[in-house]
Amino acid sequence: MESLVTNEPPTSIAAAPTPAPTTGRPPDQDVLDPGIPEPILEVRDLNLYYADKRALNGITMKIPRREITAFIGPSGCGKSSLLRCLNRLNDLIPIARVEGEVLLEGDNILGSGTDVNLLRKRIGMVFQKSNPFPKSIYENIAYGCRIQGINRKDEVDHIVERSLHRAALWNEVKDRLGDVATGLSGGQQQRLCIARAIATEPEVLLFDEPCSALDPIATAKIEELMRDLKEQYTQVIVTHNMQQASRISDYTAFMYLGDLIEYGVTDELFIKPLRKETEDYITGRFG
Amino acid sequence: MTGPQGHPALTTEAVAARLKGRYRSERRFRLACLAAVVLALSFLAALFASIVGKGHSAFRQTHVALDIHFDAETIDPTGERDPETLASANYNTLVRAALSELFPGVTSRSEKRQLYGLISGGAAFDLQDMVMADPSILGETRRLWLLSSDDADMLVKGHIPRDVPEAERRVSDFEIGWLDALDDRGRVERRFNTRFFTSGDSREPEMAGIWGAAKGSLYTMLVTLLLSFPLGVATAVYLEEFAPRNRITDLIEVNINNLAAVPSIVFGLLGLAVFLNFFHMPRSAPLVGGLVLSLMTLPRIIIPARAALTAVPPSIREAAYGLGASPMQVIFHHVLPLALPGILTGTILGMSQALGESAPLLMIGMVAFIVDVPQGIVDPSTVLPVQIYLWADSAERAFVEKTSAAIIVLLGFLILMNLGAVILRRRAERSW
Amino acid sequence: MNTLLLIAVLLALSAAGFELGRRRALGLVGHPKELRSLPGYYGSWILLWCLVPSVLALAGWIALEGSLVDTWVIRSLPQEIRELPEARLGLFLNDAKNLATGNIVSREVDDLLQTTADRYTSLRAAGRLARTGLVLLLTAGGALIGYRRISLRFDAMARVETAFKTILMIGSTIAIFTTVGIVLSLLFEAIRFFQAVPITEFLFGLGWSPQTALRTDQVGSSGSFGAVPLFAGTLLISAIAMTVAVPVGLLAAIYLSEYATRRVRTIAKPLLEILAGVPTVVYGFFAALTVAPLVRNFGAELGLSVSSESALVAGGVMGIMIIPFVSSISDDVITAVPQGLREASYGLGATQSETIRRVVFPAALPGIVGGILLAVSRAIGETMIVVMAAGLSANLTANPLEAVTTVTVQIVTLLVGDLEFDSPKTLSAFALGLMLFVVTLTLNVIALRVVRKYREQYE
Repeated sequence: MESLVTNEPPTSIAAAPTPAPTTGRPPDQDVLDPGIPEPILEVRDLNLYYADKRALNGITMKIPRREITAFIGPSGCGKSSLLRCLNRLNDLIPIARVEGEVLLEGDNILGSGTDVNLLRKRIGMVFQKSNPFPKSIYENIAYGCRIQGINRKDEVDHIVERSLHRAALWNEVKDRLGDVATGLSGGQQQRLCIARAIATEPEVLLFDEPCSALDPIATAKIEELMRDLKEQYTQVIVTHNMQQASRISDYTAFMYLGDLIEYGVTDELFIKPLRKETEDYITGRFG
Repeated sequence: MTGPQGHPALTTEAVAARLKGRYRSERRFRLACLAAVVLALSFLAALFASIVGKGHSAFRQTHVALDIHFDAETIDPTGERDPETLASANYNTLVRAALSELFPGVTSRSEKRQLYGLISGGAAFDLQDMVMADPSILGETRRLWLLSSDDADMLVKGHIPRDVPEAERRVSDFEIGWLDALDDRGRVERRFNTRFFTSGDSREPEMAGIWGAAKGSLYTMLVTLLLSFPLGVATAVYLEEFAPRNRITDLIEVNINNLAAVPSIVFGLLGLAVFLNFFHMPRSAPLVGGLVLSLMTLPRIIIPARAALTAVPPSIREAAYGLGASPMQVIFHHVLPLALPGILTGTILGMSQALGESAPLLMIGMVAFIVDVPQGIVDPSTVLPVQIYLWADSAERAFVEKTSAAIIVLLGFLILMNLGAVILRRRAERSW
Repeated sequence: MNTLLLIAVLLALSAAGFELGRRRALGLVGHPKELRSLPGYYGSWILLWCLVPSVLALAGWIALEGSLVDTWVIRSLPQEIRELPEARLGLFLNDAKNLATGNIVSREVDDLLQTTADRYTSLRAAGRLARTGLVLLLTAGGALIGYRRISLRFDAMARVETAFKTILMIGSTIAIFTTVGIVLSLLFEAIRFFQAVPITEFLFGLGWSPQTALRTDQVGSSGSFGAVPLFAGTLLISAIAMTVAVPVGLLAAIYLSEYATRRVRTIAKPLLEILAGVPTVVYGFFAALTVAPLVRNFGAELGLSVSSESALVAGGVMGIMIIPFVSSISDDVITAVPQGLREASYGLGATQSETIRRVVFPAALPGIVGGILLAVSRAIGETMIVVMAAGLSANLTANPLEAVTTVTVQIVTLLVGDLEFDSPKTLSAFALGLMLFVVTLTLNVIALRVVRKYREQYE
C-alpha cells in the first residue's frame, strides 16, 4: 500500500481490527468510534454545503482497511453525499462546498494539492444506476487502462480477463466481449461496472446503492462478489436496505439529517444500538 | 493496491508520473474548444464591424449650400401661378445658375457639365416641391442645402481616394477643386439622410431609399402572418389535442418535419409553378410572396407550437374535463392561454426568418426594379432582403454604403423581433 | 376594396355576427341557464357562418382571378395577337400588365398595348368591386342563415365543436398538400424537360451551358445540359462549408456545454444564435464585398491567383453561417448524454478532456452525425450566399481557389427575368430543383431517423 507522498516505507498489511465482544457493549463506548486502529480513510469534521444548505454536519469517522463499511439512513440523510466526498465527485457539482479533512493513508485529499484524477484512480466507484459506456464489454473494461496509456493488446487483454474474473462475470461474457455492454442484464451491467472499477487497480471501492435497481438474485450475486473482493479492497457501501447492510458489512454507520448518529461494528449496531434514533430506524419506526 | 499480478503502469507512482502529460493534453483540448468559441464570435464581430463600418456613413448624406434665386421668369413665365406651369418648369436651371454664380470662371461646356454634376438631379425635385407648396417664394433668393450627387458624396466621405491619378477615379481634379472650394466657404455639410427612409428605389444612389422595400416587406409579412399563424396553430392544436394515432397523422408529422428542412428556394419553385403559372396570380406581388413564405414558415410555427402545447401538463386538461368542459373550452380557456407565450415565441422566430428570406422571392419576380412604393398586396414590390441583393449587385460605389445601411435596418428589425422572442420565452419558461 | 382592408372588414363583421348570435340566443329565453349551450356558442355559430363561406370565396377568387382576367383580355385581343405562340403572347400580356400597374415596359407602348392595359385596369377594378360585393354578401347571408337556425332546441355547442374540429383537421392537412404541391410542380416541369433532354445526359453529362439551347437547332445536343459540374460545384462548396462549420461548431458546443461557466454560457449562446439569425443575403454581401477581396489580396501576396468568386470564399462564409446550426444541435445532443456516464469516467480517474473525447463524444456521435447531415442538407440548399459570392460558369474543378457554380445559383439565374415555359432552359431549373429536393429530402429523412434513434437510446 502506497500513499502519494511516500516519505515513509509502505506499511505492512494491518491486522484485522479486534472484534468487539459479541455480547453487549460497554456502556461507555463511543457511539461514533468503534476503535479502528489503522484506518485507510479518516474523515475529520467534514461539512458539506449545497449552496447555502448544509448537507453534512461535522462528520468524523474512520474507515477500516479491507473491510466493508456500510452507510445507512433514510433518504436525504447525506450518506451518498458523504460517499461522494471520499473520491471528490462532489467537485462536479458547482454549488457544492466542502469543509474539513478526509485523510487517505494520512494525506488530506480535500486539500488543493490533491490530484483528483489520481485520487479517483485510487478510489473506484460503482453507481446506483449501472452506467456502462455505450461501447463493447471489452472496451468498457479497457477504458481505465487506455486513459492510463496502456494500449498493448496483450496487456489490455490480460487486464480485461483478470478484471472480469474477479468480478465473476468472465464465464458469462467471455464469448461476447465485442457486444455492446448496454445489452447485458441489469445485474450483469452492475458487475461489469465493478469489473471496470477494479481494472484500474484501486485501493478503495465505493458503492452507491449498487443493488437498488436489481432483483434479489442479482443482488445476491453482487453481495457475494463484494465478500470475495474483501480480501483485496476496502469497500464502502451506501445502502437504504438494512438487511443488506447487516448481511455484508463489517461496520455500519447510521446517518440522519446530515449527522453521523452512530457508527459501530455491524452486528452490535443492529443488535444493540446505543442511540434511540438508530433503534427507531432499524426497527422500522421511521425511514 | 497493487497485487502480485498488478500492471506496472497502474501503480500510484506510475499514474502520478503520467499526470503531467495528461494535463497538458487536457489544457490543449480545452484551449482548442475555447478557440472555437472565440473564432465563432469573432466571425460575428467581423460581420457586424464590416457592415456597420461600411454602412454607418449612409445615414448622413452630403449636402451643398447654394443661393438659389427662385427666378419668376424661368419658373412661371405666365405669372399666373398655375400649378401645372409650376410643375413642368425646369428647376435644374435654378441650380445651374446658382453654381455658375459661385464659379464664374467655369465656361467650357465639358467643365460646366462636371460642375452641374456635383448636385444631384433630385435637388430639382426638392425645389419644385418647395415652390408648389408655397408659390410666394418666387422671386426670392434663399440659401438652401441641396443634395449632392453620389460621386461628390463619396468624395466627401473619403470613399474615393484623392491620391491616385485622375484617370483612376470617378471624380476629376476640377470637381475636387470645386468641392474643396465650397467646403472652405462652409457650404458642404453632411446632413441626416431622411430620403433614405422615405423614398423608393432609384437608379441614382443618392436618391435611393428603402421605404418601398420596407413597405413591400410589411405587406408580405402581413400576408404570411395572416396565413401561417392561424393555420400553424390549428395544425398544432389538432395534432396535439385531437388527432388519433393513425397513418394520416403520421404522414402529416413526417411532412411537417421534412418541410422544415426543405431548401427555401424549392418553395420559390413551387410558387412559380403553382401560383404564377397555374393560377396566373400577379408577379412580384406581396400576395404571392406571402403565400410562398407562409408555406415555408408553417412548419417553423407548428413545431414550437406543438412543443408549447405538450409542455402544458395533462393534469390541467384533466382538471378542466373533470369539471365538464368541452374540448373547445378546454383548449380556448386553459391550454391555449398557457401555451401562448411559447407559440408566440415560435411565431416571432418563424416570422423573423421569413423577413430575412430572399431566395424564394427571387423566383416569383419580387426582384424587379420598382421605384413606386407599393400601396397594396397586389402591387409589384420588392422586400428588404431582395433590395439588399439588388443594391449589392449595383456597380456604383455609393450603393455599397446604401446596401450596408439597408442591412443595418434589416438587422435592427430582426434583433428587435428576436429580443421580443427572448422576453416571451423567459415568460414561457415557467415550471409546473 | 383593398384585400387587406376587406379582410379587416370581414373580421369586424364576423365579430358583430358573434355578438348577434349571443344576443339572439339570450333573447329566446328568460335566463341563460335555460339555453342548451352557453350563449357564446351561439355567437360562435354565427361567426363560423360569417367567416367560412366568405373566406373560402375570397381565397377562391384570389386564386382564380388571374387566369380569368387573362382569358377575358385575350378574348378581346385582335386575331393576329391571339394566334401568337404562347410564349410571345405571354410576354405581350406581361407588358400590358406592367403598363397597367405603372411598371417598366420592355417594348414601345402602342395603341394596342395601351388598350389592353386599360382593359386590364378596368377588369381589375370591376373584379375588385365584384369581389367586395360577393364577400360582403356571403358574410351577411351566412349570418342570416346562422341566425335563423338558432332556436330553443338548437344545440349550438355540438355543432360548433364538430365544425371546430373539422376546420382544425382540414387545416392540418396543409402540410401534406404543400409537399404534394412541391413534388407535383417539380415533377411536372422536370418531366417536360426530360422529354427534350435525356435524363442520362442531365445526370451524367459533363458540360453545362443552358444558354446555347435558345437556338432551337441545338436543343438537347452536344451535352449542354450535363449537370455534373453543378453537382460537383455544390459538393465542393458544401464540403468547404462543412470543414469550417463542423470543427468550430462542435468544439464550441463542447466548450459551452462542458467547460463554460454558467455566465459565459448565458452570454455566448445567444451571441452564437445571432449568427444563425442573420439573413443569408447579408452573408452573401459580406462574402462578396469583404471576404472575397481580402482572400484575393492575400492569395496574391502568396503568389496564388484566386478567383474573385472562388469556391473558398463562398464555402467559407457559408460555413460561418452553419456554425451555430452545428453547435446548437451538438449542444443538445451532448447535454442529453447521461450524467452517469461522465461520473463513471471521472470515477475511474479520467480527466475532463479524456471523458469528453472517449466517453461523451462517442456516446453523442450518432446524434451529432444526424445534426451534421441536416447541416449538409442546409449547405446544399443554401442559395443567396452562392448567388452573390460564387460563380456562374460551370467549371468542373476541385480547386477551391477557382470559381464554381452550384445547383441553386443556376436555378436562380435561369428563373430570374422573363421566362419562356416551353424552353428547356427554363424547364431545366425545375429538373435541378427536383434533384435538390430529392437529395435534401433523403438527407433529412436519414438525419431525422438517426437523431430519433439516438434520443430513444437515452430515454
